[in-house]
Amino acid sequence: MLARVARSAASEPFISCLTRTHHHIFPVLTNQIQFSRHFNFPTRKNSPSPFAAAAKMEDVRVLMICPMNSYLEQELDKQFKLLKLWAHPQKQEFLKQHSESIRAVVGNATAGADAEMIEALPKLEIISSFSVGLDKIDLIKCKEKGIRVTNTPDVLTEEVADLAIGLMLAVCRRICECDKYVRKGMWKLGDFKLTTKFSGKTVGIIGLGRIGLAIAKRAEAFGCPISYHSRSEKPNTNYKYRASLIDLASNCDILVVACALTPETHHIVNREVIDALGPKGILINIGRGPHVDEPELVLALVEGRLGGAGLDVFEKEPEVPQQLFDLNNVVLLPHVGSGTIETRKAMADLVIGNLEAHFMNKPLLTPVV
Amino acid sequence: MAEDETPEVQQLPEIIVLGPPVVFETYEKEFCSKFRILRPWESTLPLSEFLLAHAQNTNAALCSGYFLLSTAVLRHLPSLRLVVTTSAGVDHIDLSECRRRQISVANASTLFSADVADLAVGLLLNVMRQISAANRLVKNGLWPKTGDYPFGSKLGGKKVGIVGLGSIGLEVAKRLEAFGCIISYHSREKKSFVLYPFYRDILELAAISDVLVICCALTKQTRHLIDREVLLALGKKGFIVNIARGPIIDENELVLCLQQGLIAGAGLEVFENEPHVPEALFSLNNVVLSPHSAAFTMESLWDSYEITSGNLEAFFSNKPLLSPVLDK
Repeated sequence: MLARVARSAASEPFISCLTRTHHHIFPVLTNQIQFSRHFNFPTRKNSPSPFAAAAKMEDVRVLMICPMNSYLEQELDKQFKLLKLWAHPQKQEFLKQHSESIRAVVGNATAGADAEMIEALPKLEIISSFSVGLDKIDLIKCKEKGIRVTNTPDVLTEEVADLAIGLMLAVCRRICECDKYVRKGMWKLGDFKLTTKFSGKTVGIIGLGRIGLAIAKRAEAFGCPISYHSRSEKPNTNYKYRASLIDLASNCDILVVACALTPETHHIVNREVIDALGPKGILINIGRGPHVDEPELVLALVEGRLGGAGLDVFEKEPEVPQQLFDLNNVVLLPHVGSGTIETRKAMADLVIGNLEAHFMNKPLLTPVV
Repeated sequence: MAEDETPEVQQLPEIIVLGPPVVFETYEKEFCSKFRILRPWESTLPLSEFLLAHAQNTNAALCSGYFLLSTAVLRHLPSLRLVVTTSAGVDHIDLSECRRRQISVANASTLFSADVADLAVGLLLNVMRQISAANRLVKNGLWPKTGDYPFGSKLGGKKVGIVGLGSIGLEVAKRLEAFGCIISYHSREKKSFVLYPFYRDILELAAISDVLVICCALTKQTRHLIDREVLLALGKKGFIVNIARGPIIDENELVLCLQQGLIAGAGLEVFENEPHVPEALFSLNNVVLSPHSAAFTMESLWDSYEITSGNLEAFFSNKPLLSPVLDK
């Protein structure tokens, strides 16, 4: 991020290519040296100068776990020594080969760094995740070993909230089914059936964090009363708090999962919750697949015990239970919650910005650990 | 028909039902408990002959939004004093003839505004985030075989131009503001009670907008209001949603622009020649199609029964109409 700002400012031809990326840092360093000399403070001989640190970034080995974004790959390749784990079929061999040199890992919602991977990389200093969810990273191990962890909060909040509402409308108003109806020429044979009104329906949100709040704000504009369940009641909201998830599910029309995936929230939407939501209820999942007991969900939908579902995430992506394919009251998406050009670029910039900050000894932009 | 009727039914006020509208088919029993019903579609006679034979003394008509209540039909209803249409739109009714004959007209007023606005937002999200296209991909079992799904477009921060800021347009604006959209509008006149920027020129609105949402009534002035010039001004990254009436957009030009990538995508609920939809659209992934059913939710259908029967009852009791469009 810092280098990028510098690059865009450095258009003068006489600035050499060495300093082009760092020219805004160099004058700062010069001022610091002058300041310390004036007051007779010793210069910090042992700490690397930012200039030297930046030049060395090209040698820093960064391991990318899986393909996630070509812009991110290109930028990582430009600035660091990028190693692509998925390009090597013998993953264990590859890790062993480079274990002493990998200082950073870039993961995403699909794959991060578990305890085994962390143990295999003794020089690992930082994991920068191309996601806001951290369930694929062993955070406890990272804390133990002093490994920094960053994610991509805020830049994707609106996008994910937009998709949650898009799924609610698609399921209530059968938009995908209607589209299919017209494309198959069935409108010529008769009108489509009645759908369910969305405005005014009670929306229950599991997890009132950034994304949960953004969903609430949007749903409110449709006149939807909002209630929520989370570990504790949030101050400063007018939304109805439900201490029990069963209570929330029993008293809402549309239940949306918007919390983080932790051991406590694994399968938080189980058979009991699904039954409480009921045959007219709709479940929306823009969190993580393992938030929901997927086999129970499939059974409930197939048996008509749940009114409908809009799902962007699944327990074993990209595998999706085939029994859902023929259900018209279900909308399935391939984990596209943050999937717009603008948002993915902002996420990539944050991943790179965090890595740059770390290797230049600057404060991390969005640290978690 | 008259021979089958009980004396009680014969006492009820008579209405002729034209269409028939969905609300009548759904709540027929309820309508029959309040009115004596003439059902032209059950007769083998052509409409004009049926009207001549049975409807010369009928004072009120319940009409579907699809039924063309033309001068010719009106001339066959010499005693008609009220038309209640189940739709919000009145473009299917010869209003000048009604005015001339002092026939009152009542419509669905703002009953469907929330549902229609919901669908406008739903279609916009669906086309910008490719919800239907991605749903198709997953349900065809293609997710494991595809890499990253192609990116959609962000809705937040986009400039939305609303064409027609009536009841529906205002509801659309209110919803999209919550997504962080920036609202402007084009209308016959500037509305003094809103702060959204007003554009007297539709071309100017299209040029500055990322999204156009068509919410206006169909009139002589708005027919083909959205023509090729407006679509080109909207541009390659622009999206259009139409939940108003098909003929407001030049459909042939719209299809060409979509095929040639001159606009980014469209969400369409209405068409020039319903239920016919240009087949060229069926193979496009950047189009979402809906069979003019925005108002047909279970909740609104009951509300529709209440307002139409309420208007008819008010008329027969000499009380003010609930939702008059034209009142003598």
